[in-house]
Amino acid sequence: MALRKQHEGFEESVIPDEWFVPKVKEKDEGERVSRPSLSYWKDAWLRLRKNKLAMAGLIFLILLAIMAVIGPMISPHSVSEQNLRNQNLPPSGEYWFGTDKLGRDMFTRTWYGARISLFVGVVAALVDFVIGVLYGGVSGYKGGRTDNIMMRIIEILYGLPYLLVVILLMVVMGPGLTTIIVALSATGWIGMARIVRGQVLQIKNFEYVLASKSFGTKTTRIIRKNLLPNTMGPIIVQITLTVPSAIFSEAFLSFLGLGIQSPYTSWGMMASDGLSAIITGQWWRLVFPAFFISATMFAFNVLGDGLQDALDPRLRR
Amino acid sequence: MNSYFVKRVIAMFVTLWLIITLTFFLMHSIPGNPFATDRNTNEAVQKNLNSFYHLDDPLYVQYGSYLKSLVTFNLGPSIKQSAFTVNELIGRGFPVSMELGLWTLVVAVVCGILLGVVAALRHNGIIDYLAMTLAVIGISVPNFVMATLLIQQFAVNWPIFPVATWSSPMHMVLPILALASGPMAIIARLTRSSMIEVLAQDYIRTARAKGLSPAKIVFKHALRNALMPVVTLLGALAAGILTGTFVIEKIFAIPGMGKYFVESINQRDYPVIMGTTVFYSAILIIMLYLVDLAYGIIDPRIKLGKKEG
Amino acid sequence: MEKVLEIKDLHVSFSTYGGDVKAVRGVTFDLHKGETLAIVGESGCGKSVTSQSIMRLIPSPPGKITQGEILFKGRNLTNVSETEMRKIRGADISMIFQDPMTALNPTLSVGEQIIEGIRQHKNIGQAEGRKAALEMMELVGIPSAAVRMKQYPHQFSGGMRQRIVIAMALVCQPEVLIADEPTTALDVTIQAQILELFRDIQEKTGVSIILITHDLGVVAQVADRIAVMYAGKIVETGSRREIFYNPQHPYTRGLLRSVPRLDADDAELLPIDGSPPDLFSPPAGCPFAARCEHAMEVCSRVYPNKTRLTSIHQVDCWLQDERAPKKMAARI
Repeated sequence: MALRKQHEGFEESVIPDEWFVPKVKEKDEGERVSRPSLSYWKDAWLRLRKNKLAMAGLIFLILLAIMAVIGPMISPHSVSEQNLRNQNLPPSGEYWFGTDKLGRDMFTRTWYGARISLFVGVVAALVDFVIGVLYGGVSGYKGGRTDNIMMRIIEILYGLPYLLVVILLMVVMGPGLTTIIVALSATGWIGMARIVRGQVLQIKNFEYVLASKSFGTKTTRIIRKNLLPNTMGPIIVQITLTVPSAIFSEAFLSFLGLGIQSPYTSWGMMASDGLSAIITGQWWRLVFPAFFISATMFAFNVLGDGLQDALDPRLRR
Repeated sequence: MNSYFVKRVIAMFVTLWLIITLTFFLMHSIPGNPFATDRNTNEAVQKNLNSFYHLDDPLYVQYGSYLKSLVTFNLGPSIKQSAFTVNELIGRGFPVSMELGLWTLVVAVVCGILLGVVAALRHNGIIDYLAMTLAVIGISVPNFVMATLLIQQFAVNWPIFPVATWSSPMHMVLPILALASGPMAIIARLTRSSMIEVLAQDYIRTARAKGLSPAKIVFKHALRNALMPVVTLLGALAAGILTGTFVIEKIFAIPGMGKYFVESINQRDYPVIMGTTVFYSAILIIMLYLVDLAYGIIDPRIKLGKKEG
Repeated sequence: MEKVLEIKDLHVSFSTYGGDVKAVRGVTFDLHKGETLAIVGESGCGKSVTSQSIMRLIPSPPGKITQGEILFKGRNLTNVSETEMRKIRGADISMIFQDPMTALNPTLSVGEQIIEGIRQHKNIGQAEGRKAALEMMELVGIPSAAVRMKQYPHQFSGGMRQRIVIAMALVCQPEVLIADEPTTALDVTIQAQILELFRDIQEKTGVSIILITHDLGVVAQVADRIAVMYAGKIVETGSRREIFYNPQHPYTRGLLRSVPRLDADDAELLPIDGSPPDLFSPPAGCPFAARCEHAMEVCSRVYPNKTRLTSIHQVDCWLQDERAPKKMAARI
């Protein structure tokens, strides 16, 4: 009755009779899990490292930070040192990035601008983070009426044109570094607060948190294994994206003459100064600040994108 | 009418009122006096000026009369350019700025969506990679840098486009490009990621199972859904374009409202600063409201589903 | 009986970073005119991949039909062009997906979604398309169809949406309807209504149905024949009666024992221990050997060939070999 054909890759006759005995089962044979488990941060780092563009961005930012610190020191000229005989010199052995219309050293000023940009970016991001976590945390944690009111406030603030408010504050408080940071922070925390609130609400309701509690998992382990990976990801990404937006805003304000004041400088101010140089062909006066603003924003953006992919628990393979 | 939209109208007015109040008190908290810098005004003249502009009234009276005049769309006189009222300045500058802003929005939306859709359809291909690299560059290069680079390349090195003033369509090309590159890049990225997500949805598989052609699937089924996040972003992008006009108008010497605004800031012309801020904010808030309306039209779930909101 | 669809030795794999996942590994079955064939198995056994391969709807890349034939009325669908395939999809072979909540486009009215299906395949105008859609909506039991066809998916309940999806699939009078877990996302009472609808429609239109499910209760209600799938292979095929009353594969036995039964209230529910094998590197022998209580040495070394028990009952199991210990074979 049995219909015999050739076996897949085996001749019928090859199969010996002694194979027809009950098999002794190895323990747990059906339960093996083949993939080695990596910790969340290790896994994220491995994936970030595979992203060449993001890594290039990270390396650029590290180099930039180093140069921002040591750049002005290794240069023989100071930020405000004017030399009216050396106006508008092209890059040379003496002035590596050339000089501007007042004969100031562009090399020193570029790295000085890097200090300002990075400082503004990082401090604005930190302040946003602190306010955002407080506001969003309270809103999400308290819930109910408090949450409702706090969210209404955010909704209304969200309608405010951000740069207009910043400009208004700059007008009122007078230009300067502190003002820029206050003005940027006054409006910048809204996005962060929204994200944090969303995360907190999720944490409160996530079934897997309940599930791990009911298995008797320790609280610290829940936090480390479940909460941090799922909540820190979006927050870190938001921070990496706040920095370039703060850097842009500072450059924008300085470009309009509302930012840093002379003799100190920032990339936005240098670009604004370099504007007239387009016509006269003194390319170095525009190219260096323009390149560094764009490259820094590019580096932060690609790093933020890379982090977003690397930290998304859903994309884990 | 629908209570969702009524609520939005209320929120709109609250935001507007908040801006007006904020602007008013911020402006009046500035120490000193707009006339103090003019050297040749003596005390008597200053007093006269103050009373002419009602600067000697108590703050709440000034606030009240300011609100009252705003309701009648009267933004008051300019202090520095005494021949003009703020309304007249806006009347002169706004049409130009609006032309610049609207063209920018159109270019950014059309090109951004096209680029995003093409990238999504060639997901992980060379075109996708190129388009997205271009988009990150577009986001990273600030509009004032873009503007200067464009001038350097296409007006100085290789003079195809005239710059400065706003007299012909050729004059408009470079400013629009400079202003549109950022929003375009943002729209392209968002369209791409949202398109990729939508293309993986079950209803796209259903559409394929019906035997529809790829073109029909993309344009009839996917695009409409993929554009929803883009629509929500339009309000914020419009705000970005609007503030962007300040620098673009400065760089290209375009006689728009942004130019007056920047001048008024530098000259501390408070009525003009206040008036333009309020005007800009009103425009933006109305934009946000229109975006919500548009969203309701595209997404049937909002129009009919949220009856009790 | 006339065969509308023949699947011969179908292999489908998906390439991933970790290597190729061999989701379907040599599946062979026929579908006869007017019958309902149920393909049963756990999630991940390859039943959905099989059905989507018939429609050529597996995402490609990474998915690929690596071997085998899909014969629809004598034409091999594995090598027709995409344009040709589009003419078959929806017109000759239709498909219904698991979740009616996500299977419909939220921004188009349901009427439009049905009409565009007809107009894609038949050269008719909007008005005629509307009429056909209306008739079809009435056929699948949607009350006041003329009003409802203007509405959007979110205005329908889950059961009603599944009726819309069914109407959409049937509107061109296809010969084959593939239903991939059509009732899984629905309430039990709605499930029964939808299954009733399937039977009703089959009577009226004579469509052949492939029903993909993991729910043996559903199978018992509507299937004429049953194919049991495990780890990318069909391990047992038979009539509904044969599978339910005389299962020969230990896996089929296990499946039946793990389903609660109303008629035998003292019977214990026995889950099958362990989980299906990793399809990155499927085992050389019977994939169920590691979980099988009757496993022999041979099972994990060589895949058994088909034993034909009746004209339609076939099973892939070494216990059918005459060399297998008789005690064990009997114990099944």
